[in-house]
Amino acid sequence: MTDSTSMVEIRWHGRGGQGAVTSAKLLAEAAFLSGWKGVTSAPSFGAERRGAPITASTRLDSEPIRIYSQVTSPDIAIVLDDSLLEVGGAATGLKPGATVIVNTTRSAAELGVAGDARVVTADVTGAAQAAGVLVGGNAIVSAAILGSIAKATGVVTMESVESAITHMFNGSAAAKNVEAARIAYECTEGAR
Amino acid sequence: MSDTAIKRTVMAGNEAAATAAKLARVQVIAAYPITPQTSVVEQLSAWVESGELPAEFVTVESEHSALTVCITASTVGARVFTATSANGLAYMTEQVWWAAGARLPIVMCIANRAMAAPWNVLNDQQDSMSVRDAGWIQLYCRDNQEILDTTIQAYRIAEQLHVPVMVCYDGFLLSHTVMPVEVPSAEQVDAYLPPYEPLTVVDPDDPRNIGPVTLADPRANADGVSCHGYMEVRALHQQALLGALETIPAADAEWSELTGREWGGLTWEHLLDDAEVVLVAAGSVGMQLTVAAEALREQGVKAGVLGIRSYRPFPVDALRGKLAGRKLALVFDKALSYGNEGPICGDLKAALYGQPEAPVVFGAVCGLGGRDVTVEQLNDAANRAIADLADGVTDRAADWLNLHL
Amino acid sequence: MGTRECGSPISMSKPSAGEAGRTGDWRANRPVMTAQACLAVKKGEVVCQLCWAYCPDACISRGVGPVIDMEYCKGCGICSEVCPANAIEMVPEAAHGVCNVGEGSER
Repeated sequence: MTDSTSMVEIRWHGRGGQGAVTSAKLLAEAAFLSGWKGVTSAPSFGAERRGAPITASTRLDSEPIRIYSQVTSPDIAIVLDDSLLEVGGAATGLKPGATVIVNTTRSAAELGVAGDARVVTADVTGAAQAAGVLVGGNAIVSAAILGSIAKATGVVTMESVESAITHMFNGSAAAKNVEAARIAYECTEGAR
Repeated sequence: MSDTAIKRTVMAGNEAAATAAKLARVQVIAAYPITPQTSVVEQLSAWVESGELPAEFVTVESEHSALTVCITASTVGARVFTATSANGLAYMTEQVWWAAGARLPIVMCIANRAMAAPWNVLNDQQDSMSVRDAGWIQLYCRDNQEILDTTIQAYRIAEQLHVPVMVCYDGFLLSHTVMPVEVPSAEQVDAYLPPYEPLTVVDPDDPRNIGPVTLADPRANADGVSCHGYMEVRALHQQALLGALETIPAADAEWSELTGREWGGLTWEHLLDDAEVVLVAAGSVGMQLTVAAEALREQGVKAGVLGIRSYRPFPVDALRGKLAGRKLALVFDKALSYGNEGPICGDLKAALYGQPEAPVVFGAVCGLGGRDVTVEQLNDAANRAIADLADGVTDRAADWLNLHL
Repeated sequence: MGTRECGSPISMSKPSAGEAGRTGDWRANRPVMTAQACLAVKKGEVVCQLCWAYCPDACISRGVGPVIDMEYCKGCGICSEVCPANAIEMVPEAAHGVCNVGEGSER
């Protein structure tokens, strides 16, 4: 249930260690900077285990948010890894006309998401890799995905995304993550 | 982060708690990490390490020792902070009682979590509810701004009454959820919180035993001066807790003058004026109930919310006054006194007993071990209670929300 | 409750003789020190002092040799136990016997 028609409910699908917690926090800050008065972003509840599927919830509204339950019927689903489309239930409970943003090298048609959801794809891992956002040789998409969200939905501006990233990371890490988000923004397909 | 200006940002509840401790200029921190409190400790230790917070951070091997360090530091005159959850709180229980009986103004944040067994790291309020009788003030928060503001207010209240305060907030639902928070300036907090004046300063040149064997009856000390017996000390403690019924609203009112934010003092309300059906809770579920009450109004039910901010002391007079003449009070507990009922529900019934205009009181149990609580479930529970009342039921067993036995 | 002279809301005491009352009259056995055997007396310096350190009533003062305050000594015997020179003997306060009453007690 939403307490106003303006509320945007977002559900995250990731795997432990992938950066969904950081992403959810970055999105909250970027949304706040973009002018949303009500913002809550709850990372996955409980002990995360690396590689295990997790979900997280973000809500945006023009007034303060008073609901703390998990998002089960999202307007936007963000999928950090296309393997989660099947095992993570990423397509479950979507609102009519929902947007699903998928980090993938495949096309929306290939993904075959059921229902009427608008599927937006981007190689966010590739964007992070190109920008040199690597930890232990692996590309980390936590900041880069914000570029895709900005492009695909407009709930946050790129300016606020860059501010949030610069606030959370220091020095060269901030610069690389901003660059990753910019590349992801550019290569996000299916934008409105 | 600069402390010199008011800042609006988004932060998690644990960061709000740590920020409040920093703004209160705590001098000694001792805590042992436990989910979901961990990031409070991580944040504070990082600030101490970087020099941003000039405090002593004492690492310990257990929660029992964490609170013991706070007890000793507070005894010698330091402003102290600690935080814990669930089994960590249980582990320090002996010292929880000591801190209160020694009348030390310790502030401890509780990121509320379910008690084991079975093991569970998610939210309910069984941990702090289980130490409600230990002589601490217990304040429950409904969002992250309230966590920050209440933790600062807690020092004011604790140091005025010489009683420790637990600032309780729901684990994960608030501790890990980021939301907008306004961070007051250091100047605002300094104006609000005078330096801590300890009740007793231990002086090596004039030593004291603190909390020595104190038998039932008053006794004469070595100088022939009559000193309190155990019952007198306990009666004074009770007086202090009841005095908090004045101190807590006053601290909130003064905070409001400085910041423009007030939290209702002992209780808070939403759409209560003409409400016939009152939904009662402490903590974040109370916030969700405000949405449920609005939905019930759309459906034609005059519903409102009465939130418990101060659970200890229990605001008996305020609750009697605010509930007089209502038809139904439905209490949502995130804890249980096993073999009886939800603690808030039981306490509310006791408070209303014999009151001529008291409503019927029904209990509901929800969210144990992190079971998701949705507004729809809260609404359904209210509708079941309203139907029971219409059927002439005046007493019933607690309604367990979303239970599938 | 307001009339009590000791106004503190918490329980406190000073670590001083007499805080637990006049404990000397609890005593059944009295410590008797043989000064010549005491290590401090032998050395003529404030050494050892274990009896002072261990006395739970703090009624032994440090010195050459230590002095026991019989007003507050409750006769526990710890000083006698810890003395490495066996210089302190616990002696019953009264000598008892069978029907042993003092002369002239007849009424």
